[in-house]
Amino acid sequence: MSAVVDSHGHGHEHHDHHGGYSGIMRWITTTNHKDIGTLYLWFSFIMFMTGGAMAMVIRLELFSPGLQWVDPDFFNQMTTMHGLIMVFGAIMPAFVGFANWLIPMQIGAPDMAFARMNNWSFWILPFAASLLVISFFMPGGAPGVGWTLYAPLTVQMGIGMDLTIFAVHLLGMSSIMGSINIITTILNLRAPGMTLMRMPLFCWTWLITAYLLVAAMPVLAGAVTMTLTDRHFGTTFFNAAGGGDPVLYQHIFWFFGHPEVYIIALPAFGVISQVIPAFSRKPLFGYASMVYATSAIAILSFIVWAHHMYTVGMPVTGQLFFMYATTLIAVPTGVKVFNWVATMWKGALSFETPMLFAIGFLFLFTLGGFTGLVLSLAAVDIQLHDTYYVVAHFHYVMAIGAVFAGFAGVYFWLPKWTGRMYDEALGKWHFWLSTIFINITFFVQHFSGLAGMPRRIPDYPLMFETWNKISSIGAFGFGLSQLLFLYIVLKAIRSGEKAKDKQWEGADSLEWTHLPTPVPYHSFETQPVLK
Amino acid sequence: MASNWVRILAVSAAGVAGLTAAGLALAAPWNLQAPVTKIASDIHSLHEYVMILVTLIFAGVFGAMFYSVYAHRKDKGYKAAQFHESTTVEIIWTVIPLLILIIIAWPATKVVIAQKDTSQADLTIKATGYQWKWGYDYVKGEGEGIRFVSTLTTPRDQIEGRAPKGENYLLEVDNEMVVPVNKKVRILTTAADVIHSWWIPAFGAKQDAIPGFIRDIHFKAEKPGIYRGQCTELCGKDHGFMPIVVRVVSADEYTKWVGMQKTKVAADAPKNIVAAAETPRQ
Amino acid sequence: MAHDATAPQHHHYYVPQPMPWPILGSVSLWLMALGAVFIFNSMSGGWISVAAGFMVMLYMMFRWFGDVIRESESGKYARWEDVSFRWGMSFFIFSEVMFFAAFFGALFYIRVLSVPDLASLQHNELVWPGFGAQWPSAGPGFEEKFSPMGAWGLPAINTMLLLSSGVTVTIAHWALKENKRGLLNLFLFFTVALGVTFLFVQAYEYGHAYSELNLKLTTGAYGSTFFMLTGFHGFHVTVGAIMLSVILARCLAGHFKPDHHFAFEGVAWYWHFVDVVWLGLFIFVYWL
Ligand code: HEA
Ligand code: HEA
Ligand code: CUA
Ligand SMILES: [Cu+2]
Repeated sequence: MSAVVDSHGHGHEHHDHHGGYSGIMRWITTTNHKDIGTLYLWFSFIMFMTGGAMAMVIRLELFSPGLQWVDPDFFNQMTTMHGLIMVFGAIMPAFVGFANWLIPMQIGAPDMAFARMNNWSFWILPFAASLLVISFFMPGGAPGVGWTLYAPLTVQMGIGMDLTIFAVHLLGMSSIMGSINIITTILNLRAPGMTLMRMPLFCWTWLITAYLLVAAMPVLAGAVTMTLTDRHFGTTFFNAAGGGDPVLYQHIFWFFGHPEVYIIALPAFGVISQVIPAFSRKPLFGYASMVYATSAIAILSFIVWAHHMYTVGMPVTGQLFFMYATTLIAVPTGVKVFNWVATMWKGALSFETPMLFAIGFLFLFTLGGFTGLVLSLAAVDIQLHDTYYVVAHFHYVMAIGAVFAGFAGVYFWLPKWTGRMYDEALGKWHFWLSTIFINITFFVQHFSGLAGMPRRIPDYPLMFETWNKISSIGAFGFGLSQLLFLYIVLKAIRSGEKAKDKQWEGADSLEWTHLPTPVPYHSFETQPVLK
Repeated sequence: MASNWVRILAVSAAGVAGLTAAGLALAAPWNLQAPVTKIASDIHSLHEYVMILVTLIFAGVFGAMFYSVYAHRKDKGYKAAQFHESTTVEIIWTVIPLLILIIIAWPATKVVIAQKDTSQADLTIKATGYQWKWGYDYVKGEGEGIRFVSTLTTPRDQIEGRAPKGENYLLEVDNEMVVPVNKKVRILTTAADVIHSWWIPAFGAKQDAIPGFIRDIHFKAEKPGIYRGQCTELCGKDHGFMPIVVRVVSADEYTKWVGMQKTKVAADAPKNIVAAAETPRQ
Repeated sequence: MAHDATAPQHHHYYVPQPMPWPILGSVSLWLMALGAVFIFNSMSGGWISVAAGFMVMLYMMFRWFGDVIRESESGKYARWEDVSFRWGMSFFIFSEVMFFAAFFGALFYIRVLSVPDLASLQHNELVWPGFGAQWPSAGPGFEEKFSPMGAWGLPAINTMLLLSSGVTVTIAHWALKENKRGLLNLFLFFTVALGVTFLFVQAYEYGHAYSELNLKLTTGAYGSTFFMLTGFHGFHVTVGAIMLSVILARCLAGHFKPDHHFAFEGVAWYWHFVDVVWLGLFIFVYWL
């Protein structure tokens, strides 16, 4: 699938690079996919810091049994906002940032299909985030209901709950607009000769992710809207007295929520599928089957949602259906894992930082996938549901999986984006410190979960103390290691060595083979033609 | 080279961390609690069985990967092969996992069906979740009519660190739920305000308590003793402070306990046990 | 993909210049959200914030759509951009379908699962004595009497109105393609008129429900699903009617060509979507 390109596409001069705006207004008004990608990535990093700081509060309180730093209400608010901010503020925008930067370059497009709407998709985010922040300062504070916003606890919450609901609406609008943009760009703006089955896998995973987003986000909007009317206008969607059902909320939420976890995972798969071949100096193994596997995951993701609800008391047929459907996802995900390993097999491997993070991803994501499989067995999940085992599972796939893929992607493309190289030795330090500390943080949570520690509690019985101490120490270590990441990025931008056009020997997508480093502001005004 | 140095350091740090964790593992509980019901021990074996399978797969897959990392390195002068697809292997590694899933799903299905079979219970108890305590209501079987509320007894002083924490810190209540050994007990869960979840790990029994609805679960404890669990659905401020404690006793002791309760109930019926029906729409 | 063939190879795709309208959109959404929260919680200042947000939104839309219309009329959009608009609009409508799906899902869940469950023997015995599973139901805790909305009165009339508006908009489209401008304007006008009539009938129906049937948003599951589904639909009809009016104004101003009129088509699609949702409502909310 390596692309042969016969016309060079850096266009003729354009009128004005930044369209007459400068300073901060340049960033506010920009319609350039690279600018917008940059905005997304910085926003995401700020949110990662914010959500991470909340995780630190959680880990601090859990360092010892007893209540020492925060009261239970505030603890619940921390848990809720940590989950929401990490998922909607840090991880999703990070990958949309990658999409903005890379998709137009990888398919040879002039920009995103709807450049102005692209600007709006981004600029809704800070406003949505501000609503979440404001909620802390309202009477009653932010909602303490968990990121899943389960009814009817949500009905008891104060003003912060309404702000959160509207924030979710805004975040949803942003995601939907972003997805429409990505789908349209991929379907309509590919360069001549760039057939769908020649696209880099990153574009494929995003195309499928965008479908998931367009299908799932409006459903979440519906769920929180019903919450809002149950709270204020006397509807009874989630109230048995009126013929509704609290469990109805869960069905609607997880109909969104399960696809959501693949919305997080698939772009990560995409990044990994670019990085591993590049450092194996060997084309991605089983490109077509990767595309099919990704689609299969996406389709299956809509029929497994009730595996989050094994304890609500579904009939046995329901338990079994959702159990079987869920276990099936292991098959296409396995295909992806096997293909990555086969790509490395007999490659000429080298281990620069992006590759280290990709290997870390592969290993640790799969570990998290296996614990997912354990949870998918309804019988076992009865024991593990709402315990730290679940927390361990999803941090392995998200806080390690998706985050490591994000790091791999940043190290991989930073030279392209900024024209400068990061410090390789420091990058390796970042990898090893992160890997060690994050495993200390989350591996032990499997044990406390198995032994019976519920999640979302600010205080715990004495037998869980050891694991919580270890976990907290790991968490502080991981958190501090991320300051190193910030330093590495800033150092690269300010004083890194000049990067080459094709910094990585094995990279083969258009942005490497076809564009200079750093990439010009407008990359493909005239489309390249692929043979 | 700096990077080698980094690697050696990092790997040894990881090793030390791993060993420390392993050492501590001996001291702290790290697996499912010892089962005292058939279901819980079935879950135990199912979990073990699945863990063995996935560990084997994991070792296989990453054995291959790390072999590649070890052998196929550019700095050893290894030249990349250029193969990049094979329908045969794709089919093989689609079908084999599918087969593995079937051999996992089979025993799992049996346990699910057993878990869900709440018929023919000897004793039926309704457990109602309140913010933040449990109400128990013996609705059928020996002891019918007994009702009481069960609240955390751990003193504030212990929670706030002004007094040393007791052995059953956060897992102790004023009124334990009492059931006879070797009898099938059916728990009906419901709630009065928000969703709670009733859980005793040693029984392998966890069921959400949903306001306005009745859901059920069962257990048959095979060993007398005191078993402790916690509410496992976030239910607001004191979610972490509403434990569930069940005392399993012999049939005789149970009869005695029932007799004592009956006289007590007659004396002072707890007033605040109201079914969700009596607290309709807010 | 069929569209590859239509994408001219060395044509410039129109990438618009930077503009301040999107951020105004965000500001307006933010003001409206904050204002709504204040209103819902009886805090002062909410209405001012909502009103301000609304004004900013209007201004933003005038300027943004103004730019787009100007670009379109000055020929900046060729076939390639047009295809983008088509994909974009299709997926936007798909997202709207999924939004309604959440509410239809709630309706089906309540009718098929939760109401019968609440009326089961066990629930009768322990929580909801005497509750029977019939639809319409306002749930076991609802004590007043109410009457459901029948299907064959006003709702049937409304069905006719919307279905005919679907026909008139199609005729208008055909007229546009045949360059019969008079017919176009006339039938587009009919479409708007039918849509507006629909809204009036619906408003009347709501009044009837509240004053004579004792059917309210607070009437348990039936009231919740009835008003939320028909209400969101009515909101979409309103938006559709406004969009159609804008298109009508543009037609009167001589915009659109027989072979270049995506704005018209996009709005027509939207109108058909609103139509189809109504059919679903008519069947599952009013009729069955
Ligand atoms: C990136 C996000 C992500 C991903 C990818 C996954 C992947 C999976 N998850 Fe996870 N999950 C979450 C995020 C994610 N999850 C979150 C956030 C929650 C909690 C939400 C909350 O409650 O707050 C959760 C919770 C959760 C639960 C509910 C637990 C509970 O609350 O009780 C379950 C239960 O089935 C589950 C299952 C799975 C499964 C089966 C997979 C599978 O996709 C994994 C598939 C992968 C593999 C199996 C490994 C690779 C495969 C092979 C090498 C092939 C060979 C293997 C076999 C034959 C077995 N997840
Ligand atoms: C992708 C999403 C994502 C990510 C990246 C993370 C990252 C982390 N998460 Fe979280 N987490 C969730 C998603 C995520 N999490 C979700 C969805 C929940 C469920 C919420 C719910 O129950 O509703 C959850 C819940 C959750 C819990 C359970 C809380 C509870 O049940 O009460 C815990 C507890 O340990 C935890 C810990 C952590 C830690 C230590 C990190 C670390 O990886 C974070 C590291 C990052 C930083 C620390 C920031 C950067 C560094 C600095 C700002 C420098 C300063 C640092 C120091 C001073 C040390 N998370
Ligand atoms: Cu009750 Cu948590
Ligand atoms: Cu899931």
